[in-house]
Amino acid sequence: MSEYIIKNGHVFDPVQGIKGDKKDIAIKDGKIVDKVGSGAKVIDAKDKTVMAGAVEIHAHIAGPKVNLGRIYRPEDKLFSCTPTKGMERMGGGASIPTTFKTGYEYAKMGYTTAMEAAMPPLFARHVHEEIRDTPIIDEAAFPVFGNNWFVLEYLKNQEIENTAAYIAWLLRVTKGYAVKVVNPGGTEAWGWGLNCLSVNDPVPYFDITPAEIVSGLIDANEYLGLPHSMHIHPNNLGNPGCYETTLDTLKLAEGKKAKNKFGRESVMHLTHSQFHSYGGTNWGDFESKAKEVTDYVNKNKNITIDTGNVTLDETTTMTADGPFEHHLTGLNHLKWANVDVELETAAGVVPYIYSPNISVCAIQWAIGLEIPLMMKDPMRCYITTDHPNAGPFTRYPRVFKWLMSAKARETQINAFKHKDKVLSQTSIGTLDREISLYELAQMTRAGPAKCLGLGAMCGGLAPGMDADVAVYNFNPDKPVADPEDIEKAFSRCAAVFKSGVQVVSNGDIVSNGNKRTLWVNAKVKDNPQVMRDISEKFIKYYSMTQNNYEALGHHFVPNPYALEVDAT
Amino acid sequence: METVTITMKNAPALYLEADNVSPDAFAGKKAAQIAELSVHEGNTTSTLGKYFDVSGDAGATAADTKVVVRGDVKKVKYLGFKMTAGELVIEGTADQYVGAWMKGGKILAKGDIGAFAATAMKGGELTVEGNAGNYLGAAYRGDWRGMSGGKILVKGNAGSDIGMYMLGGEIIVNGNADVHVMTHAEGGKTIIKGNAASKLGGQMVEGTIFVFGSIEVMMPGFKPNGEVELEVDGTKAKFAHFIGDMGERHKKKKGVVVYGNLYKKI
Repeated sequence: MSEYIIKNGHVFDPVQGIKGDKKDIAIKDGKIVDKVGSGAKVIDAKDKTVMAGAVEIHAHIAGPKVNLGRIYRPEDKLFSCTPTKGMERMGGGASIPTTFKTGYEYAKMGYTTAMEAAMPPLFARHVHEEIRDTPIIDEAAFPVFGNNWFVLEYLKNQEIENTAAYIAWLLRVTKGYAVKVVNPGGTEAWGWGLNCLSVNDPVPYFDITPAEIVSGLIDANEYLGLPHSMHIHPNNLGNPGCYETTLDTLKLAEGKKAKNKFGRESVMHLTHSQFHSYGGTNWGDFESKAKEVTDYVNKNKNITIDTGNVTLDETTTMTADGPFEHHLTGLNHLKWANVDVELETAAGVVPYIYSPNISVCAIQWAIGLEIPLMMKDPMRCYITTDHPNAGPFTRYPRVFKWLMSAKARETQINAFKHKDKVLSQTSIGTLDREISLYELAQMTRAGPAKCLGLGAMCGGLAPGMDADVAVYNFNPDKPVADPEDIEKAFSRCAAVFKSGVQVVSNGDIVSNGNKRTLWVNAKVKDNPQVMRDISEKFIKYYSMTQNNYEALGHHFVPNPYALEVDAT
Repeated sequence: METVTITMKNAPALYLEADNVSPDAFAGKKAAQIAELSVHEGNTTSTLGKYFDVSGDAGATAADTKVVVRGDVKKVKYLGFKMTAGELVIEGTADQYVGAWMKGGKILAKGDIGAFAATAMKGGELTVEGNAGNYLGAAYRGDWRGMSGGKILVKGNAGSDIGMYMLGGEIIVNGNADVHVMTHAEGGKTIIKGNAASKLGGQMVEGTIFVFGSIEVMMPGFKPNGEVELEVDGTKAKFAHFIGDMGERHKKKKGVVVYGNLYKKI
């Protein structure tokens, strides 16, 4: 494999504590190395910013609900198609881009690893076919567990070991990566026309509470010692006053400690926290509770969060929180799709326009920015848009601009129709913090990589790590004249390397790289009871046989990379 | 106002997507530059000049530019696409998407036009001396934002699904209209001076339909609401009033529920 040396760039690497020093980064055989030979190809990064490839911790980019959005929103592709260009195949879609466009867009912004945040186990094969067709970036998928009948039955009886054995089996057959929980119990209740809006609402028939599900799944996650923590979208998303449910959920992690060999310190990851930090009793007195939520997270080191920034775009919401999407279509009257996934989960899809002229949308925008500005430890707060729910991932450079420039935030606040309401219902107007490039590298690289248990592999530039490197046309020595320059610089990289292969040059795709599917192979003690329960459920309830369930072989996972866990 | 005349000289074998034929795209350009604008035939991109003779230079702005399209353009789509000002005259019969996404200016089509004309139109005027196809003034496939402003006059007949998801503006059809009129509409007005077929105002939330002739089949979701004397587009007459679609949600304005209105001349 070729050797490269990225010369004279301003390097930001939290893994090694490098804060913008001029440094050369050497690449050999797909890894970062101390030095390379004189024949190495030189990339001139003078007056440029160099970071590790960014790591996306939560996005909906592959699988049946993403595709449902693509199918029922032809208008999303209307004026957003890009023709074949050089290496690039044609692509389309603004909020739900095609698989190829997804890979290209992430790579052009310097992202090299991305997590698909909700895989319905029954449709793992579909998820992996889309991951396979998304070029360049390494991907992994989180199967959803929070409404799964096996989990509900085992945790009803506090059977942590059986839950863990089931998780290990499911991760293996679906080539999954982590334990994802969406509206625990609530989506199952939705099958009965109900919901769970607090952590103590009982799930119909199963007679278990969301609190028992969450606590049990954390314990099972740590019993196995998985790379990532339990990753949760709590109950009561998106409703005024939901922050109390969020705090009740976070408290379930109290006293729990991370046990794993991957360097992860958290036991709970609260995703798209913006949607879970609302106060008020209705849309009229709707207000930010970002302070209450971040105060709690700042104090409790075993919790990590991501933001879920509203980008003020027209987008497509999609979640395994079926009842929420039904609620949303009742609010905006736009088209609604709903799917039940037998025994496991459900999903809903509704288009949504975050309009700067609607006060609720503007307040949501402010909350999404308050959270990272109020978080003391950037290693525990990651930037996401919960793509495509709060906005498309292609807007990350714009979110960075708002975080890095108080002036850019002020410009946006002044452009809101209900500016006064935004200022009275949030504290965005009083926050003058500007996220530094080093903090940005923590929030988009080192932090998410550590939280995912990938800290030794990616998210940093230390010798021995994967050579995922992004070079931006951004000179940190020069004061930012216009905040728009930040957005422009982070939109298109000067150069990107993925596992030592140059994939982007001057903003254009130059290689499809060597994309991998990451998954977790957890070994547990033989558990005949769980194996018997699984085959029984397939015979009694599933509409397919167990033989057709597994995502196996080259067709689904052509280039797998397994993280090995031994819990025997 | 300067006039640019484009005349078909080599008719395309496939359908031609001419989304650059508008006062906006031509504005500020000489004839030779206009001939260099791109068009798409199938998956091949080439120049306007390959298919059309271009004569005359455009005005400095769209408002100062009149475009005249001559010759056989039966296989040409997107004439007047996204135009905001100026004038476009189509002397023959054109294919789909005439005046689609237009915001201003005037289009005069002397022949017939195909489907999806004035898709999501926001303003301006479209006059059709012949017949219009299906989905006139409708929303794009999957979208919920149809025509929201401007005025369409069809002197002949219109096809099916006119004014689908309409939000505002006005459509007048001097002849007959086929099935589905203002389906899902939340505003706007459609006047059919001839006969209407069936399914008028299905799932209509708000908006108004007038029919001067007969209605083949009424929607079951519309309820009789008495008779009224009205003047509609210069015609004074008595109309039977219906409100609906009763199966759809309706907003309240000042405590009163607002329905879609259907008026049929008696």
